[in-house]
Amino acid sequence: MQTGTLTIAGRSYPSRLIVGTGKYPDFDIMRRAIEASGASMVTVAVRRVDLSRRGGESLLDFIDTTRVTLLPNTAGCYTADEAVRTARLGREAGLSDLVKLEVIGDEKTLFPDNEGLLQATRILVKEGFTVLPYTNDDLVVAKRLRDAGAAAVMPLAAPIGSGLGIQNPANLRILLEEIRDVPVIVDAGVGTASDAAIVMETGADGVLMNTGIAGADDPVKMARAMQLAVQAGRLAFEAGRIPKKLHARASSPLEGIVR
Amino acid sequence: MTIVLNGEDREAPPDITVLALLETLDYAPGRVAVELNGDVLRRVDFGRRTLRDGDRIELVQFVGGG
Repeated sequence: MQTGTLTIAGRSYPSRLIVGTGKYPDFDIMRRAIEASGASMVTVAVRRVDLSRRGGESLLDFIDTTRVTLLPNTAGCYTADEAVRTARLGREAGLSDLVKLEVIGDEKTLFPDNEGLLQATRILVKEGFTVLPYTNDDLVVAKRLRDAGAAAVMPLAAPIGSGLGIQNPANLRILLEEIRDVPVIVDAGVGTASDAAIVMETGADGVLMNTGIAGADDPVKMARAMQLAVQAGRLAFEAGRIPKKLHARASSPLEGIVR
Repeated sequence: MTIVLNGEDREAPPDITVLALLETLDYAPGRVAVELNGDVLRRVDFGRRTLRDGDRIELVQFVGGG
């Protein structure tokens, strides 16, 4: 049974799972994990080349770009200006208008800088980018990003790399209820498969993760677990769960009991 | 002449093109992006644009990230 595809800015992606390419023990494990996750989009970072190492092995040698779409990020940028420069370079390196926009406001938590994020979104939208901003689970900010032309909003479940799972389920539910015209992709904080399933059961359009897979003892196995969890969570959401009740409701008929 | 490559001063032959610079560094032009004096340099211009003394070049590529 299939779940619907993830549609961003009019383009459909078969998988609702987006995975990162950072922090893997090596490129080959990363390649196998991406494959096992079934992801149709992967994030990449844009960094200065290391001039002390000539050419050599490149990340792109291990990503089948005929099958997965590259989503360059602006990780590590602390101002709108840095993020815009990085996005422009990412576009030139990847020849695509997609950008996962990060403008970080705090080093310890890596929480987003809302003001810088909005400013950078406006600039990049004007330049024709498909902007996917990493944001707080804050409805007002999400609305402003959407109104500024973001192609999706990507609220965190918990701090980047924390593996804590959804820390504020009520906020996420509110956000999903109110943001209906662009996809909501939960980005950051997923630690294990059940976290991803809960995100999807809540009604998120997609989920983006990196450390939860790359940092697992067996990243390839965890990637597959995440694929199944995302599919299971989405199916459960589409199926419509039963309401929670405080007391028991018998599953077997009450008539005809042998007495 | 001296150029500033990824924040470091570097000697380069006069009138070297960006493409030739990439070749000396062993980087395939299809795998990198270049910012020259604050503006992105399109890939089609790598072979046309010659560098001048004092040019600031950022040379970037994709690495693993989330």
